[in-house]
Amino acid sequence: MSHISPVLWQFLTKWMTTFAIWPQEASTIAPWADALYLFLWGMTLFGMVLVGVLLFVFATKYRAEKHPNAIQIEGSTLLEATWTIIPLGIFLFVFVWGAWLYFRIYNPPANAMQIYIVGKQWMWKAEHPGGQHEINALHVPTGKPVQLTMISQDVFHSYSIPAFRVKREVIPGRYSTVWFNATTPGTYHLFCTQYCGTLHSGMVGEIVAMTPDDYQKWTEQSTSGMSLAQNGERLFSSLGCNSCHNGTAAARGPSLAGVYGAKIQMEDGSTQIATDGWLRDTILNPSQHVPAGYKPIMPTYQGQVSEEGLIDLVEYIKTLKSNYRNQQTLVTAKSNDAAPTTPDMVKP
Amino acid sequence: MSTIVSLPDQATATLPKRNYLNNEHGLLSWLLTGDHKRIAMLYLISITFFFFLGGFFAGMIRLELLTPAGDLMAADTYNKMFTMHGVVMIFLFLVPSVPATLGNFLIPIMIGAKDLAFPKINLLSWYLYMAGGTFVLASLVLGGVDTGWTFTTPLSTHYLNTHVITTATAIFIAGFSSIFTGLNFIVTIHRMRAPGMTWFRLPLFVWSNYAASIMMVLGTPVLAIAITLVALERTIGIGVFDPAKGGDPLLFQHLFWFYSHPAVYIMILPGFGVISEVISTFSRKRVFGYTAVAFSSVAIALFGFFVWAHHMFIMGVSNYSVLVFSLLTMLVAVPSAIKIFNWTFTLQKGSVTFETPMLYAFGFIGLFTIGGLTGVFLGSLGMDIHLTETYFIVAHFHFVMVGGMLMAFLSGIHFWWPKMVGRMYPESVSKLAAITTFIGFILTFFPQFVVGYLGMPRRYHAYPAEFQVLNVLSTAGATVLGVGYVLPLLYLGWSLKYGAIAGNNPWQATGLEWQIQSPPLTENFIETPIVEQEAYDYEWLAHKTEREATHV
Repeated sequence: MSHISPVLWQFLTKWMTTFAIWPQEASTIAPWADALYLFLWGMTLFGMVLVGVLLFVFATKYRAEKHPNAIQIEGSTLLEATWTIIPLGIFLFVFVWGAWLYFRIYNPPANAMQIYIVGKQWMWKAEHPGGQHEINALHVPTGKPVQLTMISQDVFHSYSIPAFRVKREVIPGRYSTVWFNATTPGTYHLFCTQYCGTLHSGMVGEIVAMTPDDYQKWTEQSTSGMSLAQNGERLFSSLGCNSCHNGTAAARGPSLAGVYGAKIQMEDGSTQIATDGWLRDTILNPSQHVPAGYKPIMPTYQGQVSEEGLIDLVEYIKTLKSNYRNQQTLVTAKSNDAAPTTPDMVKP
Repeated sequence: MSTIVSLPDQATATLPKRNYLNNEHGLLSWLLTGDHKRIAMLYLISITFFFFLGGFFAGMIRLELLTPAGDLMAADTYNKMFTMHGVVMIFLFLVPSVPATLGNFLIPIMIGAKDLAFPKINLLSWYLYMAGGTFVLASLVLGGVDTGWTFTTPLSTHYLNTHVITTATAIFIAGFSSIFTGLNFIVTIHRMRAPGMTWFRLPLFVWSNYAASIMMVLGTPVLAIAITLVALERTIGIGVFDPAKGGDPLLFQHLFWFYSHPAVYIMILPGFGVISEVISTFSRKRVFGYTAVAFSSVAIALFGFFVWAHHMFIMGVSNYSVLVFSLLTMLVAVPSAIKIFNWTFTLQKGSVTFETPMLYAFGFIGLFTIGGLTGVFLGSLGMDIHLTETYFIVAHFHFVMVGGMLMAFLSGIHFWWPKMVGRMYPESVSKLAAITTFIGFILTFFPQFVVGYLGMPRRYHAYPAEFQVLNVLSTAGATVLGVGYVLPLLYLGWSLKYGAIAGNNPWQATGLEWQIQSPPLTENFIETPIVEQEAYDYEWLAHKTEREATHV
């Protein structure tokens, strides 16, 4: 065979052995997505066979040789109703199933582990709360829900892990989230699926799912020594945040203790919920988020803090459960005025 | 195999002495014409050119994807290839394809009018189309554009330094061409129907073009706005889409898809019209459930405007809105299903023959059924998460747009070719072309469903090696498909001189266009017809033929 057609030979031997036809199922959601997918192909097959058989039967039975004179028919209300209602019923069933799956994929469980993702042309940066930083890779434990909070530094990107059947757009200027629970240890594709410029197809990486023990070892080996919250704490004092947000009675800014997740009464009478994205936005657009009883005096930090820095600050604010920590920071900052910062943390 | 083709005696038959093609001579008589048929021919020539240009880009894409590595061209070049493919095929081929050629030619004749309501605006729309096309060619010659046909901000506004504004201008101008065509059709269909041609006696081709025209007129301005904002953001940085200036990058997605989703119905609806005419003619039977087919076009035009955010399910739009948009997407799928079944049942108890237009129509029904049902996958919220932005979606819209629309276009071109030029195309080679197209199409695009589910993202210049087999199949199919498209170009060209003389009504069809000479007179009708029969009334046609036979 190989001497007849080398190309065909290569096709048969080399390519066919690496030929994939069904993606790996490596998350808890994957079997659910596959079930809907198979149902939908079942529906498509049914539709194709139905239309195909009808066409074939009519075209054979009523071909001009056998049936030279057509019999004119106006139509049939009963048939029209049938093929309106049955497809509608099937499509509505698909709608309900799809909606159920959608909320299952996008609503994270409360105990999910948090990892931050920053996308930029053309790489993925991952920031673990423990201070592990990765580029174009993501290590996650199996058997544990993991939530990704993602943001883009420039254009739209999209974080896609086909083996987990999850994907979410990564947008400049706002956080988006996605979660999954990996089931099988292994290395899987990570793709950017939203066209983002020249090296779009190079914005790929590896998702490494590891057993919890292996993951534990990996986190210990890869830590930079500073957790995100610790980075955030340093940034908090180096940017001078604590000169106003220090939790004292005379402070010009509100105390940030226990703010995360709380309902905040605003000066304009509305109530806002302090989510990750909200915290980020208050740093960049403070004039739009003035809490009741405070003056709009906070300057914007737009362009002064990188997305990674904002993540550090948000992580830090999340850890502030009481004013005690906040005041500790104040003391540390005073005793250590020139707090060292990681070079890439603050834009010059 | 029997046939309904009835041609005049070829030994004595000649083309009519006076017709719209030879009424006036010289290039200027074409470039300054107000005749809807001549403008249709101008459009046909120009869209054919752009179709093959777009096809060339498609060929380059498939050639690059033959191997996993990005080895044929640079990443930037590849990005320009798929951008130009999308821009040319959508704005310069699919949108004007059936309405501007077949619609322009046939709508006035089908309703018994001498021309469209505004012949000069009709000519202007062709010039605008050509101006748009020239800007596209200019951006190509200057070095191309790599935004993708979707112009996603902020990539298109802040991060690319290719010819975005030139291309945006092209789309802006071409948009007005389609607005004018739509406007002309709406006014013509409302005001210029012959006596007795009531709304429910209109051929379904007119109904579906009417529905598409409404969408053109209402939707295209929004595209013009979106594209203008992109240009303003690029040049003077107004910041509507820029989060750093308080803008919203998702706003562009809303504006763009508010046009671009209805646009797919603008593209497919006129194709539906072609299929209705062809199926009826080659079954010798009125279209099953005429009113259901007519109103399903209108329903698509109506619902089609309220589903745009199904392109944004993964972009973080609110949970309530994704539910609403998914539900509406399911509803818009129903009228298409209704049409498919009505066409199928038109064959029942008919007298079916299998000339080339009918073969294309069968291809259309098969491929459009798959294309439509795979659309339900994408409208289903949870499924869309995994499928969107992959080759699955590429396969889906090519099934609808190429498998559906292009099949319908070719069906229509073959069906009305004898009317347009007065000569028949060669039957056996055209059947071969229809079958080649069908096989090539399946081979090109079916593997893309599989590779899409595997997760291969669209717009990738290089890809992991395990996707190669499916990509090789797809490229092989594209080669076959290419042959299927070049064949008609050759034999239709040949038939202009050597084709058999067609006579008035080679298909024994019922439409008013078949009751006049081929090619028609410039004024279409010697005297305004008075319509007393419904569309697809084959008994009326039989009586008429009988009467004429006895008179002679």
